[in-house]
Amino acid sequence: MDLDSITVMLRSFWTVWLMLLLTGILVYAMWPGNRRTFDDAAQIPLKDDGQEL
Amino acid sequence: MTSATLTSGATLGSQRVSEDVRYNEDAIRLFVIAAVFWGVVGFLAGTFIALQLAFPALNLGLEWTSFGRLRPVHTSAVIFAFGGNVLLATSLYSVQRTCRQHLFGGEGLAKFIFWNYNIFIVLAALSYVLGFTQGKEYAEPEWILDLYLTVVWVLYAVQFIGTVMTRRESHIYVANWFFMAFILTVAILHIGNNVNVPVSLFGMKSYTYVSGVQSAMVQWWYGHNAVGFFLTAGFLGIMYYFVPKRAERPVYSYRLSIVHFWTLIFLYIWAGPHHLHYTSLPDWAQTLGMTFSVMLWMPSWGGMINGIMTLSGAWDKLRTDPVLRFLVTSVAFYGMSTFEGPLMSVKPVNALSHYTDWTVGHVHSGALGWVAFISFGAIYYLVPVLWKRSQLYSLRLVSYHFWTATIGIVLYITAMWVSGIMQGLMWRAYDNLGFLQYSFVETVAAMHPFYVIRAMGGVLFVTGALIMVYNLWRTAKGDVRIEKPYVTTPHKATVGAA
Repeated sequence: MDLDSITVMLRSFWTVWLMLLLTGILVYAMWPGNRRTFDDAAQIPLKDDGQEL
Repeated sequence: MTSATLTSGATLGSQRVSEDVRYNEDAIRLFVIAAVFWGVVGFLAGTFIALQLAFPALNLGLEWTSFGRLRPVHTSAVIFAFGGNVLLATSLYSVQRTCRQHLFGGEGLAKFIFWNYNIFIVLAALSYVLGFTQGKEYAEPEWILDLYLTVVWVLYAVQFIGTVMTRRESHIYVANWFFMAFILTVAILHIGNNVNVPVSLFGMKSYTYVSGVQSAMVQWWYGHNAVGFFLTAGFLGIMYYFVPKRAERPVYSYRLSIVHFWTLIFLYIWAGPHHLHYTSLPDWAQTLGMTFSVMLWMPSWGGMINGIMTLSGAWDKLRTDPVLRFLVTSVAFYGMSTFEGPLMSVKPVNALSHYTDWTVGHVHSGALGWVAFISFGAIYYLVPVLWKRSQLYSLRLVSYHFWTATIGIVLYITAMWVSGIMQGLMWRAYDNLGFLQYSFVETVAAMHPFYVIRAMGGVLFVTGALIMVYNLWRTAKGDVRIEKPYVTTPHKATVGAA
C-alpha cells in the first residue's frame, strides 16, 4: 500500500475524524479537573483595567 | 454644564498602566471615531436606497446615483467600514486587557492599519460609484483593491496574533479565540474568493478564475462565511468581552463558551450552499448546506444562552443601564436571526423565501439587531474609557437611542416579512387554467407600501445613530447632562434584612 492510497482511505473517513476531534474538545471542556482553570479564565476580563498615569 | 474629566489636566496622550504594561489607546480612539462616522454614512446610504426602491425618481437619472451602484456602497459601508472599524477597535482594545500586554507592533502599526484600512474603504466606495465591480456580493472591489486589502489584513493578523503570542496571561481568553477565528477565516475567504485574472496590468477589470456553478459556490462559500466569521464570530468576540465587563460578572459558563466556539467553527464553514437551492448546484451539495445550517441552531443558541444568562442574578441592570440593554438585546436578536436563518435554509421554506424581501428582512434583523446593537453597546462603553471621562454625557439619551432604533428595526423586519411572503406567494400563484396569476410588475406594485414602511424604519434607525453621535461628542468634551438618574432599587431581601 503506497502513501497515496493510505491518504485516500483516511480521507474517506473524514466525518469520523472530525467527530472524534469534536468529541475530544467536548471531553476537554467538560473534564472535571479543568473546572478550576476555566473558572479562573472566566475572571480574566474582570481583572484590573490599569491605572491612568 | 459641569465638567466630568477625571483629572482636569489629563491629556489624551497619557496611557493606562497595569503593573508595568502600558496599553495602546491612541489608534483605538481613531477606530472608534471612524466606526461612528461610517455607521452614520452607511445607515444614511441604506435609507436613501430604501427610498429609491419606494420612489424610483430618486435614482436621479444619473448612473452614479443609481440603485445598482449605491447598493454596494451601503453594504460595504455598514459591514466593512462600520462593522470593520468596530471590530478593529474592540479586538485591539480587549486583546491588550485579556492578555495584559500592549499591542504587538505598537501604536505605529495600529495607526498604519487604521489609515490604510480606511483609505481602502474610500477607494472601494469610489470605485463602485464609478461603475467598477466584480459583481460578487460583499466582494465587489476589483482585483487591485483586493490586493491592497490583503496586505492590510495580514498586518492586522500579525498585530493581533502577535499580541496573543506575547501575552502575560497564561490562558487565551475565549473572546480572543473568536477574534482569531474571525481574522484568519476572513483572510482565507478573501483570498479564496478573489482569485481573478486581470484583463490588463493597469486596468481595473478582471474575471474570476473559476466559472459557472463552481464560481457561484465559491462566492457563497465566501458570502455565507463572511456572515459567519465577520458578522458572527467577530462580534461574538465583542460579546464575550463587553457583556461580562459591563455587567461586572463573569460569563455564565466558560465551558459552554468553549463548546460554543468549536461547534460554531466546525459547522459554519459548510452552510454556504443554502444560498444556491434549486440552482444547477448538485442536489447533494444543497442538502449538505441545508443540514449544516439546521445544525447551526445548536451552537448559536448555546452562545445566546451564554450571553444572556451572564446577567443571571443582575437582571435589574437591564432597567437601569441602557448600555447593557443594547448589549443584551443584541444577543436576543442574535438568537432570533439564528433561528430564522436555519428555517429559511430548509429547501421547501427557501422555495418560498428565496429572492424575496424576506431574505432582506432576515439580514437586517441580524445586521441591525445583532451587529449594530452590540456595536453601539461596545462604543458607549469605550468612549468614556478612551476619552478618560467618568461617565457618558447622558444615559437617558442612550435609552432614547435604544427605543428609536428598536422601533426602526421592528418596522423594517415586519414590513419585509409581509412583503417577502406576499411576493413569494404571488410569484407562485396559478389560476385555474394553469397560467401565472400575477405579472411581475403587479408584485412590484403590491410591495410599494411596505417599501415606504421599511424606509421609515431606516429613518428611525439613522435618527437613533445621530442621537448617539451627539451623546458621544458631548461625552468626549467632558460634559454631563443634568437629568433624572437611573435609580438602582435595592433587592427586597436586602431591604428586609436592613
